[in-house]
Amino acid sequence: MMNALSNPAHRAWLVLLIATAITWYLGEVGAAGTGAIIAMLLIAFVKGRLVILDFMELREAPLMWRLLLEGWLILVSSLILLAYWISLK
Amino acid sequence: MNTLAAPPLPRRLPGDLAIWFFILAEMLAFAVFFASYAFARAHNPEMFNLYQQTLDRNAGALNTVLLVTGSWFVVLAVQAAHRDDQPAISRNILLGFLCGGGFLTVKVFEYAAKFGAGISMSTNTFYMFYISLTFFHFMHVILGMVILAVLWFQARQGAYTSQSANGLESGAAYWHMVDLLWIILFPLVYVMR
Repeated sequence: MMNALSNPAHRAWLVLLIATAITWYLGEVGAAGTGAIIAMLLIAFVKGRLVILDFMELREAPLMWRLLLEGWLILVSSLILLAYWISLK
Repeated sequence: MNTLAAPPLPRRLPGDLAIWFFILAEMLAFAVFFASYAFARAHNPEMFNLYQQTLDRNAGALNTVLLVTGSWFVVLAVQAAHRDDQPAISRNILLGFLCGGGFLTVKVFEYAAKFGAGISMSTNTFYMFYISLTFFHFMHVILGMVILAVLWFQARQGAYTSQSANGLESGAAYWHMVDLLWIILFPLVYVMR
């Protein structure tokens, strides 16, 4: 078990499944509003980052490419947060 | 063999440079769509919240699991190439392809239920976004699967080794992008309210 988890891809897959289950659960209980939106965006950010670093294998890539993709994630999350914040006003 | 500490490996971009520019362009297009959805919703959150409840969240979550798992199999294929484990390369590509097939199947059932209920792009702004965003992504899953099919044929002919895995890494990167986009799309359209 410990051996299997030494592979970053296995670890990422496990966390991605758990994170997906949490988002699904938040939907089931009807979570809404600022707290729920921030929680779901944070979960999506963590998931996206795992895909970028451990699936796309950009952790060891030239920094520019890593920052471009992680920057995309920050940009998209921020725009969504801004739009939802406007809708809550 | 030199037992002294090995120098750190040079930073290296997996696959071909061109595929990363293509991926970036695709991601920017989706960023525009995601932001358009979020800002269109800001004009009428009540309507978006109401119709979002008609979406099948279980199907969306199941599809997330399928894409995440498909992506995982494809990383395992790349890892297999790096250690020259030929059977594991094609096996994992095939498993990734099957996950993509599972995604399309779930989506077809989801669309059938919606279209069967008389819902279309012109029903309202929410459904216009739901159908166009998910369908645009759907097309990317299909393209990803075409790429995986090509990789599978090539892998069966022994095209990928620890010395030459660029083609495999490029195709894998595209497949992971399809996964990455769904990771934003699912909470945004199906859950966030």
